[in-house]
Amino acid sequence: MYRTGVEKWEKAFIGLCLFAVLVPLAMLFVLLADVVMDGAGRLTWSFLTSLPSRKAELAGIKPALVGSIYLIGLTGAFAVPVGIGAAIYLEEYGGDNWLTRLIEVNIANLAGVPSIIYGLLGLEIFVRFANFGQSLMSGALTLALLILPIIIVASREALATVPNGLREGCYALGSTKWQAIRQVVVPMALPGMLTGSILAISRAIGETAPLIAIGALTYVTFLPDGPMSPFTALPIQIFNWVSRPQPEFVINAAAGIMVLMAILLMFNALAIYLRQKYQRRS
Amino acid sequence: MAANSPEFSPVAPAAGYLTRSATPWPERVIEIVLRACGVLSIFTTIGIVLVLAYETISFFREVPISRFLGDTQWTPLFVDKHFGIWPLVAGTMLTTLVAIAVALPFGLLSAIYLSEFADERARRILKPMLEILAGVPSIVYGYFALVFLTPLLQKIVPGLAGFNALSPGIIMGVMITPMIASLSEDAIYAVPRALREGAYALGARRLPTIVRVVIPAALSGIAASVTLAISRAIGETMVVAIAAGQQPRLTMDPRVPIETMTAYIVQVSMGDTPHGTLEYKTIFVVGASLFLMTLAMNMLSQRLARKFRGKL
Repeated sequence: MYRTGVEKWEKAFIGLCLFAVLVPLAMLFVLLADVVMDGAGRLTWSFLTSLPSRKAELAGIKPALVGSIYLIGLTGAFAVPVGIGAAIYLEEYGGDNWLTRLIEVNIANLAGVPSIIYGLLGLEIFVRFANFGQSLMSGALTLALLILPIIIVASREALATVPNGLREGCYALGSTKWQAIRQVVVPMALPGMLTGSILAISRAIGETAPLIAIGALTYVTFLPDGPMSPFTALPIQIFNWVSRPQPEFVINAAAGIMVLMAILLMFNALAIYLRQKYQRRS
Repeated sequence: MAANSPEFSPVAPAAGYLTRSATPWPERVIEIVLRACGVLSIFTTIGIVLVLAYETISFFREVPISRFLGDTQWTPLFVDKHFGIWPLVAGTMLTTLVAIAVALPFGLLSAIYLSEFADERARRILKPMLEILAGVPSIVYGYFALVFLTPLLQKIVPGLAGFNALSPGIIMGVMITPMIASLSEDAIYAVPRALREGAYALGARRLPTIVRVVIPAALSGIAASVTLAISRAIGETMVVAIAAGQQPRLTMDPRVPIETMTAYIVQVSMGDTPHGTLEYKTIFVVGASLFLMTLAMNMLSQRLARKFRGKL
């Protein structure tokens, strides 16, 4: 009697735990289904290629889509080289000294700073002090600072998996430190570093708060013509639509979210593909 | 510079050959460039602190700190201006509380399931799915809270307004559940096998062993994950900006519209506030308060995590 009683409790507890895993996943499913049901009817070719409009049924996301693509390209161009460079420094040159420790503490703390605070930093430093205005440049630099800690941490992990024997083999063959890094260490760690960078960039694609803080425009009827051009981005356009009381605009927001999620899905699929290809080789 | 000298090189055996004079000068330039990339993170922190401090000081030159901490109303955008921060803090605490009330049981039980009960195949499927949950942008969660969850809850909860703390709080809870689940799972997984086997040897069954031995042993690690999740909830912006409203209110009633600190910054940023005005400075004062709150939680989390690692 005693035994079965205990087992019943244990079974009930396992069931409860499984329930706790499945409920959030069910929420994810409901969320995606809800967005698709709301927005699928609105997701037409003209929605992708039209300018925003005061009339919900004519409005499109072209400037937001183009703005997001430029923004992400620029963000990646700033953040990926600097992030990988910082990771190489910390992992290959750093050693155990005060500077390395200080940088590590900083990166750990920066990863926990709310994204809207980065927006305030960007507003003061890039928009005003550097006088870049509410441009793609200001947005991209702000987002680059935001995702740098993610890229650095992921790249360091990739570098740490390269066996030390390979570095020592290079030195034994007479290579300098940089030659070993450039020709052996970095190529081996590259897939891991790229995967981390792609995931970091996909985080930047959905970021809204820092762009609002730097004052990105919400109603843009032109395409950006260079890095100093004012811009809007997909999440901003979605926020603008979801904040309006008219239900037709909320439907536009749902269609916009579908586009945003599709882009994120592509980036994540690319990251998974790279990771798998890399795992197969090693 | 000390860091440049060969004895600090991580690859000790080779460093003997690469004495400083033997290192070609382009290599030294490369090292300096790479170090500059690393040092950028220090300047980012300094930049954040300086920007927030500068605007905050200039705010307190116009508004005495007693009005900031002593007033119970926050109306800087009205004619009758009040600068009491507490309604915004209350809004942030309320949504955070709801989020943790959701995320703590779900996250912890998920962590126990993944580390103690799930087989390898289930883990390989469930963990990436939880990661997807964490990767969905907060603007999407905000849409979901406003358009789907609030109307649904209005059928169940009497007196629930169109903007409220409950719905975005619950959604934020779903958002941070994967964080608690994943970090707590690491902590539970790290509890040495010997502890469990000791409990089994004393005749304890599986469930009591988990509840009375494994969880207590992992407690500081679990607490670290929860503190970090609280910090995330405090700083979360778009969900509350969309679904919680724009009415700073000193209340703990989750059914009425409120405003969080982050949502206030968004509200002012959406308008066209000229630089140098008092309204402009308020977003930095609120930002500085937000920064201090999240920093305190992050440091507490790091301390708990260190304590956990030290105990193992």
